[in-house]
Amino acid sequence: MNVNPHTDAQDYQLDEPLVPKRTRLQEFWRLFKQNKLAIAGLVFFILFFVLAIIGLTLTSGTDPVLDPALVRLQEKLRPPLAKPNLEMLQPDERPPLGIYVFGTDDLGRDVFARMLQGSWVSLTVGFVAVGIAIIIGIFMGGIAGYYGQRHIRIDQLMAAGFLTAGAVLLITDLIWAGAVFLLCGMACILISILTKSSARSKTKPAWARFWYFNTISIDTLVMRFVDIMLCFPSFFLILTVVALLPSSIYNIMIIIGLTSWMGTTRFVRAEFLSLREQDFVAAARALGLNNFRIIFRHMMPNAVAPVLVSATIGIATAILTEAGLSFLGFGVPPPHATWGNILSDGKGFIFDAWWLTFIPGIAILVVVLSFNLFGEGLRDVLNPKLRERN
Amino acid sequence: MLSFIGRSIVQKIITLFFVSIVSFLIIHLAPGEPSQVDPMNPKFTPEMVERFREAFHLDEPLHVQYLYFYRDLFSGKTISWKDNLPVLKKIWERFLNSLPLFIVGTILTWTISFPVGIRSALFRGGLYDRSFTFGAYLLISIPGFFFAYSLIIMVVYLFQVPVIGMETFGIGDTAWTNRAMDRIWHLLLPSLLGATGGIAVLSRYVRSQMLEVEGQDYVRTAKAKGLAPDQVHYKHALRNALLPFVTMFGLILPGLIGGSVIIESIFAWPGMGRMAYEAILARDYPVILTINFVSAVLVLVGTFISDLLYLVVDPRIRL
Repeated sequence: MNVNPHTDAQDYQLDEPLVPKRTRLQEFWRLFKQNKLAIAGLVFFILFFVLAIIGLTLTSGTDPVLDPALVRLQEKLRPPLAKPNLEMLQPDERPPLGIYVFGTDDLGRDVFARMLQGSWVSLTVGFVAVGIAIIIGIFMGGIAGYYGQRHIRIDQLMAAGFLTAGAVLLITDLIWAGAVFLLCGMACILISILTKSSARSKTKPAWARFWYFNTISIDTLVMRFVDIMLCFPSFFLILTVVALLPSSIYNIMIIIGLTSWMGTTRFVRAEFLSLREQDFVAAARALGLNNFRIIFRHMMPNAVAPVLVSATIGIATAILTEAGLSFLGFGVPPPHATWGNILSDGKGFIFDAWWLTFIPGIAILVVVLSFNLFGEGLRDVLNPKLRERN
Repeated sequence: MLSFIGRSIVQKIITLFFVSIVSFLIIHLAPGEPSQVDPMNPKFTPEMVERFREAFHLDEPLHVQYLYFYRDLFSGKTISWKDNLPVLKKIWERFLNSLPLFIVGTILTWTISFPVGIRSALFRGGLYDRSFTFGAYLLISIPGFFFAYSLIIMVVYLFQVPVIGMETFGIGDTAWTNRAMDRIWHLLLPSLLGATGGIAVLSRYVRSQMLEVEGQDYVRTAKAKGLAPDQVHYKHALRNALLPFVTMFGLILPGLIGGSVIIESIFAWPGMGRMAYEAILARDYPVILTINFVSAVLVLVGTFISDLLYLVVDPRIRL
């Protein structure tokens, strides 16, 4: 493939070099620039990222510059840009900026500091949850797309069944039954390994034919699992699990991640099904590369475009879900501020202190909107069908 | 055709079985127990907890509990742990409350998104189309609770009508016209809020479908032979663009039971979503599991109906 144009130039009779003038990234940027909304989305996205990191450094630690948890009961519900009442405050209670930029809440806490603290929560929830979803999605979709045609044999099915049953029984305190099931599972695996050589011979006994009987394919198994997960009403499921588990920010990230990988799985599977029939994959296989290298070095870069788009939009959805959970009171535990619980705390004062509702609400709106616009811009640029039209 | 129906019914029953197992495991393997919901209550002595656990089979192993629960569910005898009322009756009452929201919301979604989406496809790239695109993203991105509060403030300030609850408290027996207006005012905001996401997504989809059909050869032919633009757009293009939407009728079915937890709790609407929320707070496992099961059934029935409709509507598909 990698022909040097200088040595073989006369053979090809080309006036121009073979290498395209623009790199892929330049081409991408040229198309992306045309979409004004997507550019606006990108700008706000970067702004939000920077703000969240600044917010983390300013509001964390033992003696933060802007203390989001400092209660000033004499300065309740001050409107935005209000000047603090200096003679009522201790020197260390004075806001470092000289004014309350976003006002104070019903406990006299600085809303600006709380918003900065909350921005980091929104950012991490969005990225970690989507990261988990993407990893699971790529893994499941990759298996279904690449190994999908292989079948699961009876012996594997039995081993897996015994092992899960044993694990479940162990969890429910039935140690003896669990141990028996686990041993059965181990025995299944052992028998399979030991009889592997005899199974290859042409005259198989009846029990071996049953033992190695092909049941459903891996593809069917994974896609049925996706169907099962899609049957759950997602917000209700997240709410149930979050309410049952002890409330912490990590649980929320993990749960949102674990309940939103189905879309990615479907995309990756579809891409892999078409990619594995392509010539470059056949060439890679003919070169003797192992499956791991083919999947991650050759196929994944070609399948990543739709994943990237769904990830960007997934971050927006995750931020919205987290805000909704915080609003219902299931979010991050109280002293820590998130945009959802600032709004939820402020809803009682909606007619007296509008800023407690509108500042976090508009912040969530702008961030989610920027992620959505950026994601849709990416989709347009990465879609080759639309590229020709421009 | 018949074999397709049979195969997909068997497949869906198997899926449903696994859904029931997964949801049961999720709920029962989570730490904590319903008997420990209120440990500070002095009435919850250890003997009471023991009696409670025995009465609801919580002391049995998990698979026995599973069998007990689904035996009760299918014979319609499941009772709520919170108030001992039959779960199916409770769900039915709340369902009747959520139904008007769902109907009005669906009607709003389907009547608003089609004209808007078609128009923006016909004037592609124009000012209308661009502002519509931005508006659709705005509606997708706005957090439901924030939008709800903004709308409540606006309506209360502009029209001075109450919007919380299903009807104004103590409206009693005034003239039926007053009561009807009152109901409509209370219905309008929550159903509009429930419809916003649907409007944004559906109208974008209408737009892209319409754009795709408008680029087809037969539409160009229709234009070339001098048909009136209206006839081209609405007779030749729209009818073909409608095809995928017929199948979406099946997919709105799950919305029947979902209800919106957030919207219903903001508006104090005694519907399904709110009941689910209260059941989660009280760890009322039978109610949570039943809602989950019914909604899984509706999802499966919905996809089945949409597959069937696709078969009926599109003659190119033969299975």
